[in-house]
Amino acid sequence: MAWYKREDREDDLSEEKRSVPAGVFTKCPGCRAVLDTDNLNKNHNVCPQCEHHFPLASARRLELILDPGSFVEADATIESVDPLGFRDSKKYGDRLRAARRVSGGADAVRAGSGRIEGTPVEIGVFVFEFMGGSMGSVVGEKVTRIFERALERRAPALVFSASGGARMQEGVLSLMQMAKTSAALGRLREVGLPYISVLLNPTTGGVAASFAMLGDVILAEPKALIAFAGARVIQNTIRQRLPPGFQRAEFLLDHGFLDKIVHRNQTRATLASLLKLLGPRAQS
Amino acid sequence: MAQTAAPLVRAGDTPMLDFERPVVELERKIEELVRVSGGATELHPQIALLGARARELQQKIFAELTPWQKVQLSRHPARPYTLDYIERLVPDFIELHGDRRFADDPAVVGGFGTFAGMPVLVVGHQKGRSTKEKVQRNFGQPKPEGYRKAQRLMELAARTRRPILCLIDTQGAYPGVDAEERGQAEAIATSLEIMAGLPVPIVCAVIGEGGSGGALALGVANRILMLEYATYSVISPEGCASILWRDDGKKAEAAAAMKMTATDLLRLGVVDEVVPEAPGGAHRDHDLSARNLGEALRRHLAELLLMAPEALRNDRYQKFRHMGAFVESGDKAAPTPA
Ligand SMILES: [Zn+2]
Repeated sequence: MAWYKREDREDDLSEEKRSVPAGVFTKCPGCRAVLDTDNLNKNHNVCPQCEHHFPLASARRLELILDPGSFVEADATIESVDPLGFRDSKKYGDRLRAARRVSGGADAVRAGSGRIEGTPVEIGVFVFEFMGGSMGSVVGEKVTRIFERALERRAPALVFSASGGARMQEGVLSLMQMAKTSAALGRLREVGLPYISVLLNPTTGGVAASFAMLGDVILAEPKALIAFAGARVIQNTIRQRLPPGFQRAEFLLDHGFLDKIVHRNQTRATLASLLKLLGPRAQS
Repeated sequence: MAQTAAPLVRAGDTPMLDFERPVVELERKIEELVRVSGGATELHPQIALLGARARELQQKIFAELTPWQKVQLSRHPARPYTLDYIERLVPDFIELHGDRRFADDPAVVGGFGTFAGMPVLVVGHQKGRSTKEKVQRNFGQPKPEGYRKAQRLMELAARTRRPILCLIDTQGAYPGVDAEERGQAEAIATSLEIMAGLPVPIVCAVIGEGGSGGALALGVANRILMLEYATYSVISPEGCASILWRDDGKKAEAAAAMKMTATDLLRLGVVDEVVPEAPGGAHRDHDLSARNLGEALRRHLAELLLMAPEALRNDRYQKFRHMGAFVESGDKAAPTPA
């Protein structure tokens, strides 16, 4: 977007994680190997040595999951306003502008229609680089519309979540997005259309405690952090050490809150099979 | 959320907030005068004058409360809790226990009783009054079994066509290892979806602290009421301050910035009505505050009882469907109130 002013460049972006490793070499936090960034990219940002799943940009996720050329983006022009006039150390408006520049998108989720091995789906993919994938009014509205479009078009819904939770800068309006999205999902479920939720690293707070944990089928990427409350908050409460692997995808699978952990390279094939098994049956 | 208790000045056994002190001290003086006067009429004009001054002072202080002071009032240790309201509004209440899966969570109470002449379900968060009860009720912070108990009772109310009243008063769902292991996020999420689809009237009232998802899990209602000094927010001011300001000390700033008071939420279109509390706060007169709340609940319930089951579901859907503020494709006007 061309309308950013120069002064925006001075914003401190250190807290926003970049989704794509930059530079020629990338150090793997999983195995500490120094990886050729090109090779890592070719492997969809999964470490070829230890299978550590690096973040993957939303555009590349859509490419990986959907049939080529099938994605039609929806609601790309919905933008956050600053309903509370919120300001902490920075103005919310400035944070939004900085996030738009870093992510190249209008807010923290991209949505649209596409196909997976020919099956039409309504899809959403979180953009974690945009203010930690936090859910404010725009994310809530776009996710709600995914479920509403799925209902209208009799298509399954699919959301890849990656979020730190609700967006504090929109106060209670963010909180209400949890109810809005869950209510829309309820309507989809009533007519028997499946919703598959894929949890990426991390899926926490208000996103976890609404549509992300409400999948008819819930998949997760290996070792994804999935939680209601953050480990630091819990540690402050209980003042004890947390169990090993606490709040990781494998831990949730053991406790019965996930259906399956799926390697990134197998996600498209797994979704295709699930959609054939659970999606609307062809009229004969 | 790690929260520091409200700074209390203890005088005798009445806990009080620092800004309540001038009024309470004046009232003590009046009591003392009444006591020593022993009915002597020459002191009466002086007592009446002091009484008027106390009321005036209280009005002045309460007219200028900051958002942070309202947060403190919403957490006041003498504030009426869910069971205090139930005792006054639903005298034949029968509490029902357990989620039928794991345990009974004392941080959520639920049961049936007669309200406004008809059987209703009442569900609410419950804090403890004594130290022992505080611990037993986990400081009003539910675990997944609390939400699953609420779901079970609400589904029973739906099958038997009983209206539902929810009283919200929690600093948040419990952030603990056991709660996470048993699916705190799933429990809250499922409550949201279930409540959205129930074919009976639901009225909720935030009576104290409305803390985040743990509060909202009892809040997907046709009507949302809020007591005058209750608060409702996406995160506690302490949590917001430590994340956005990186300084817990900025809690008053965070409380103001998040717009979490009853009047803020009325302006944002989230809350339907602000219910007046007793002068000086609900804790100063439990009976009066309960009467005010009962009157408002009765009025909203009466309106909803005229609606068919499908209309109630639709009404609730549309209510939440319209919450949020954004602009779309060049349209520069914000659709939500400023
Ligand atoms: Zn590795």
